[in-house]
Amino acid sequence: MNLIEIKNTYKQYKNGVTALCDLTLSIPKGDFVFLVGASGSGKSTLIKLLYRQEKPTRGEVYVGGINVAKLRNRKVYKLRRKLGIVFQDYKLLPGMTVYENVAFALEIYGLPEREVRKKVMNAIEKVGLKEKFRSYPDQLSGGEQQRVSIARAIVNNPKILICDEPTGNLDPNTSLEIMEFINKINEEGTTIIMATHDKDIVNTYKKRVITLEKGILISDKEKGGYKTNESI
Amino acid sequence: MKAFRILIKNISDGFKSVFRNFSLSLASISCITITLILVAIAIILSENVNKFTDDIEKDVTIVVYIEKNTQQIDIDATKEKIEALRNIESITFTSKEEIRQEMSKDSDGLGTILGEYNESNNPLLDEFLVKVTDTEKIGETANRIKELPFINAVKYGEGMVEQLVKVFDVVKKITFVIVVGLVIVTAFLISNTIKITINNRKRQIEIMRLVGASNAYIKLPFFFEGIILGFLGSLIPIFLTCYGYIFLYQKLNGILFTEVITLVNPDNILFHLSIILMAIGIIVGAIGSYRAVRRHLKI
Ligand SMILES: Nc1ncnc2c1ncn2[C@@H]1O[C@H](COP(=O)(O)OP(=O)(O)OP(=O)(O)O)[C@@H](O)[C@H]1O
Ligand SMILES: [Mg+2]
Repeated sequence: MNLIEIKNTYKQYKNGVTALCDLTLSIPKGDFVFLVGASGSGKSTLIKLLYRQEKPTRGEVYVGGINVAKLRNRKVYKLRRKLGIVFQDYKLLPGMTVYENVAFALEIYGLPEREVRKKVMNAIEKVGLKEKFRSYPDQLSGGEQQRVSIARAIVNNPKILICDEPTGNLDPNTSLEIMEFINKINEEGTTIIMATHDKDIVNTYKKRVITLEKGILISDKEKGGYKTNESI
Repeated sequence: MKAFRILIKNISDGFKSVFRNFSLSLASISCITITLILVAIAIILSENVNKFTDDIEKDVTIVVYIEKNTQQIDIDATKEKIEALRNIESITFTSKEEIRQEMSKDSDGLGTILGEYNESNNPLLDEFLVKVTDTEKIGETANRIKELPFINAVKYGEGMVEQLVKVFDVVKKITFVIVVGLVIVTAFLISNTIKITINNRKRQIEIMRLVGASNAYIKLPFFFEGIILGFLGSLIPIFLTCYGYIFLYQKLNGILFTEVITLVNPDNILFHLSIILMAIGIIVGAIGSYRAVRRHLKI
């Protein structure tokens, strides 16, 4: 079984909107997948199924061997410990420094202080924020905040890094910086799933591209490019 | 080791939270403090009341006067009949001669008067002194004795004792109700404090969930917060009751009004009382936070 297996999965929200329709796809270990599609096409919904923010209405979703659809609320943390998640809105805690925001994700494991410090500083250094580890989020630029959230996502060496528009609010240069960084993590062996609207990024990196339209998978290409509506 | 480190972290998070919302925490702590002071007073009162009733009960006797000129054989039979009744702890016979001598000793005036009598014309009556096991039923027992033959009259605390015991009983029940009420109010207040902490930390909880914190890890600090509030709230009451009671005890020389009614010795009560107060504080805190977590931290 692949690292991620999605079989005939439907997602219908309570208000009746069908966000995903009969989706089947598998992602092997080490893949780098771009998830593209127009606004409302179901990218975020798919990503939320992966980290069990939402449950599928029908079908099966396996992440690292865990059947996400059947996962009980109490056990969700076991799934999430395998994942690193990067959010478009960063989800940093304003009252905590960069260091504390990243350490936050490690403290739950009950590691010794020394080990936490080492891993946290390592992750902060990787994203290039070593000088600012004592800053608070509101003292950082958008790109820097996004890097903090990436540092938090990777601090525990997750098998899978899930990013929902990690460059959504950033200027092209900063976006590229972030992408370089995510690419590097992929090269180190982490599987990446990234939803994005950014044509340039998708076209530059030549990775697997999965395109959704109105909740339906319309194309899945290795080394693909960003499809515009006209080219479909 | 891991679990231990997590526990330490949870406890320290609980502490931080208490001091972060200090004004709110202070309200809860004050409420627990007031409740526990009342609990302490109630316990000290009721312990003392118990002791008083014991003391008084020990002192309560039914005096049974035997008819004049009753034969010794009938006296013995009556004694056996009384002993056979329920609720009898002990019975002793005192002859009128003994009483006469006793009374003469007690007072010179009486001595002179009684001195004019001798064994054959002693105007006093022989009597039994009866002690009962259950003071509350002393009236009933006295009536039973009265119905026996050769009994002239029966006297005891004349209802005074029964009433005193009943009043103490009512006082005990009322304090119990007040304490239970206060404990409930306090639990609600703590629950509310924790609820506000939970609401203040909605975002933090959400992110904790996302980075893979287990439910227990998320919930435990809130429990500890409640327990810490309860613990802090018990400190002042413990201090106050210990010093207050020792002071009172010394001021009153350990007795109330008369030598008959003695106060409970502080050494016998304060250690237990302190533990009870702390336990109530902690349990109330735990219940309050449990309720808040159950109702407001649905994860
Ligand atoms: N919580 C929700 N409740 C009801 N409907 C929802 C919910 N979340 C999303 N939807 C609906 O599901 C559909 C897919 O939404 P989704 O967020 O997955 O799109 P998306 O591809 O991520 O869009 P965008 O590119 O704008 O982020 C949309 O029609 C949206 O309105
Ligand atoms: Mg989206």
